[in-house]
Amino acid sequence: MIVQELIFYAFSLVMVFAAVAVITVRNPVYAVLFLVLAFFSAAAIWMLLEAEFLAIILVVVYVGAVMVLFLFVVMMLDINLVPLKEGFIRYLPVAAIVAVAMAIELLMVLWSRGRFGVDMFPVPPPHSADYSNTRELGELLYSNYLLPFEVAGVVLLVAIIAAVALTLRTRPGIKVQNPSVQVRTRRDASVRLVKMKSEKPRGA
Amino acid sequence: MFEMIESVFNWIQSQYLIWTVLKIVVIVLPLITAVAFYTYFERKVIGSMQIRVGPNRVGPLGLIQPFADVFKLLLKEIVLPTNANRFLFVTAPVIALAPAFAAWAVVPFNDFLVLADVDAGLLYVLALTSLGVYGIIIAGWASNSKYAFLGAMRAAAQAVSYEIAMGFALVGVLILAGSMNLREIVLAQQGGIFDWYWLPLFPLFVIYMISGLAETNRAPFDMAEGESEIVAGFHVEYSGAAFAVFFLAEYANMILISGLTAIMFAGGWLSPFEGWPVIGDTFLGQGSIIWFLAKTVIFMFMFLWYRATWPRYRYDQIMRLGWKVLIPITLVWVMLSALMTVLGIVVKGS
Amino acid sequence: MNSAQLLLAAPEFWVLVMACVIMIVDLFLREERRGIIHMLAMLTVIFAAIITLRGDFLANGLPSASAFNDSFIRDPMGDVLKVFSFVLMGLIYTYSKFYLRNFKMFRADFYTLSLFALLGVMLLISANSMLMMYLGLELISLSVYALVAFNRESGRGSESAMKYFVLGSMASGMLLYGMSMIYGATGSLLIPDIAEAIRVQGSDDILLIFGLVFVVVGIAFKFGVVPFHMWIPDVYEGAPPAVTLFISSVPKLAAFAMAYRFLSSGLGDLHIHWESMLASLAILSIILGNLAAIMQKNIKRMLAYSTISHMGFVLLGLLPGTAFGFGAAMYYVIVYGIMSVAAFAMIILLSSRGVEAETLDDFKGLNQRNPYYAAIMGLVLFSMAGVPPMVGFFAKLMVLKAVVEAGMIWLAVSAVVFAVIGAFYYLRVVKYMYFDEPENETSITAPVDFGAALTLNGIMIIGLGIFSSSLITICMTSFGV
Repeated sequence: MIVQELIFYAFSLVMVFAAVAVITVRNPVYAVLFLVLAFFSAAAIWMLLEAEFLAIILVVVYVGAVMVLFLFVVMMLDINLVPLKEGFIRYLPVAAIVAVAMAIELLMVLWSRGRFGVDMFPVPPPHSADYSNTRELGELLYSNYLLPFEVAGVVLLVAIIAAVALTLRTRPGIKVQNPSVQVRTRRDASVRLVKMKSEKPRGA
Repeated sequence: MFEMIESVFNWIQSQYLIWTVLKIVVIVLPLITAVAFYTYFERKVIGSMQIRVGPNRVGPLGLIQPFADVFKLLLKEIVLPTNANRFLFVTAPVIALAPAFAAWAVVPFNDFLVLADVDAGLLYVLALTSLGVYGIIIAGWASNSKYAFLGAMRAAAQAVSYEIAMGFALVGVLILAGSMNLREIVLAQQGGIFDWYWLPLFPLFVIYMISGLAETNRAPFDMAEGESEIVAGFHVEYSGAAFAVFFLAEYANMILISGLTAIMFAGGWLSPFEGWPVIGDTFLGQGSIIWFLAKTVIFMFMFLWYRATWPRYRYDQIMRLGWKVLIPITLVWVMLSALMTVLGIVVKGS
Repeated sequence: MNSAQLLLAAPEFWVLVMACVIMIVDLFLREERRGIIHMLAMLTVIFAAIITLRGDFLANGLPSASAFNDSFIRDPMGDVLKVFSFVLMGLIYTYSKFYLRNFKMFRADFYTLSLFALLGVMLLISANSMLMMYLGLELISLSVYALVAFNRESGRGSESAMKYFVLGSMASGMLLYGMSMIYGATGSLLIPDIAEAIRVQGSDDILLIFGLVFVVVGIAFKFGVVPFHMWIPDVYEGAPPAVTLFISSVPKLAAFAMAYRFLSSGLGDLHIHWESMLASLAILSIILGNLAAIMQKNIKRMLAYSTISHMGFVLLGLLPGTAFGFGAAMYYVIVYGIMSVAAFAMIILLSSRGVEAETLDDFKGLNQRNPYYAAIMGLVLFSMAGVPPMVGFFAKLMVLKAVVEAGMIWLAVSAVVFAVIGAFYYLRVVKYMYFDEPENETSITAPVDFGAALTLNGIMIIGLGIFSSSLITICMTSFGV
């Protein structure tokens, strides 16, 4: 299908461009926005692979929630890039050696004969019309991968507890409202009816 | 003559791309018109609730007023603030508008009138409604203005918080309907007004509407604009056509949320009288697009009603309501709806 | 899956439930009733130990069983490690209560987070798939990052937590990268399936070997061996001693189990490749750990470098790839946990109200201030230096025996040489304690439970040394020797 290939190349080009831009642009806000673009293109490519659940979840979770918070933080911080660049030259040799070594390893893996390449992988048979990606994923998660799934939940719970434990502090002497007390308040708490004798006008 | 039209029609249908574009136009044009008249509707409704007249000068009953507004906005100058980020400043309104329109792609107007009948329609809607907030954040940041930025930050926090409640409310629907296809969700609610999901999922229904208000930044959750606190929030620096696009996005979103509420909780195009003794056998018992539009208009009216009724929430109150009240309720009700399905209390399509 | 399979994970479920219970109970407790939290945490580890001991593996000698689609395995080795984790955890809680109360940090978060970390340790010990290994590791790491920064007033604590977090995330990334390569080469996440796939297709695959490199890097980081040791001194110094107690002991047991399952059960056919990697890591750690420790004035940093050298010895035990070697390494890691807990307990003991004991000078004249605790510290130091009849000697002996049996004499010789050099800094502390005048004359007192736990700890160090065959037999039978 020529159209599918066109779409694939268009989105992968955008994705590679955005990914490169994430680490090269100077403005951190731009970097985050490019990351959003990269996620979006990745979602589109997943869509081409008929993984529609994963594609949309990527958009919902990463683009819709995580990156919004990320953008939120990056925009609020006034990041000064100059101190971050200090020591760049000093550490460059070591970093370059490690980076080159990793790159060579990667290339060797990619070039190892008989593992990668279009001819190594047969085109997967198309799924029948009633095939539901979501249902298949759900069934696997709750059968084969039950324990990892639950443990992943525990990991997230620990992340919440850790965040609260590190940031929640009750400072003395600050005034806070307690909404439930406010809502429960009754008239008697603030209004007192006083019976008074009406005064007679003078001279009556 | 007639044959020629028919052959042209057939040819168009065979050209997939042209046919799709035509369908999009058929959806978008009425939508934009609806937005225009929604503003008129809003001013009239709120006017009558506040015992005023509302617009009545331009055209009969003021009906041409929306068009006057449109021309005014289009003809005004677009002011670019100093040191504003030009590219993002101009892109932001488009980013806000695009998801509001794109979500209509999966909305079924009746059993067969739907642009794209996708299986993961519910997720798709959720993904797109969560994207709208980018327009607001980017607008606030690119404006290089304190008030705009404050509005953007408020909007971001609010949108992320209420998305969770909204998502969980839809999970309840998903559990009962057993499908993420919006058409199948509607079909699963067959059987008259008491088989629609507003009844078994009543708390989720209410929470969905509340979150819908928050997601669209409408009163009483209009902190992102907060015209008495931060002037107009994120779009304070926008004028002319750019402002008009934001305006369009906000109202298109409201109509979208109303339409989705109708689909998820009020049986979409199904008739409320389906299966009733006498009425059910007449044309009133048939499902049709009219029912869908009528339900949407009712929910649209409720948006205006809320605005006329409630004062604006404070920032911390909004956060408290979202995290400490709505999300726990949805969590409990999602479990209850799972129970309802397992115990067979709610059977789909009965 | 049936309920019998679910029951295999009963200790894990128990710890998970209790961690949540403690978190919720704390909400309803007044400040002065916090002691209940401590009781509950102790109850958790004791009961977990009982459940584990009564399982079929230690009581009835069942070889192994797996559950959750083979991603979870229970076997005698795992059970022994778990039981010792619980024992260490009990000691840690007793010691740290004293510290936390002294430094006004007695909050339930410490107990919840450390129980979650314990759960991570248990899951990692029982992990039989790469996915579970990664998740167990992350569960430990996340809890520990937060624990290191537990003292929010301490700038050093936050700094070391940050360093630990950044380096730890990178190590996790490396590990995942390696796992993805191994998955690409073998097509499975399950350890037995990986072994089977390698057996069928042969081990001469560049993808597998690069995957192995990254996995070894990840494991080395978790052990904290050279050159992936940078975080250890900073974290040991910056974290509250109550947390260092934990970091330096229990997670090492899990790291051992992970290394064993991954390298031996999964990638056993790649032994020639990982043998040389582990050998260089081990010898570097022993050299650098011992030399750097000599130069430290700070007792926590000194112990940190001593940890690095001890972990080098554990790797020495692992690298021959023989059952005897694994048994020796397991013995070493358990013994090290017992010794390190006692050493950090002494630091807690010396920390007076509001001031932490940090420098070696704090140990000056300990004998005059409290001869009993000085004697226990002496035991610990002699044991760490590897002086008979303390348990540390037998641990080193077993490991060296395994290395010599595998024919790597030069490795054993150089390890012994540097261990002897290392003995210097342990004995220096002994000299401070017995022959120098104290800078601070106040006598040292500790609560009863603290003293009892420390006594028990001391008895373990000398008792397991004199009756060394008992624990050695347990470790060796876990590997069928």
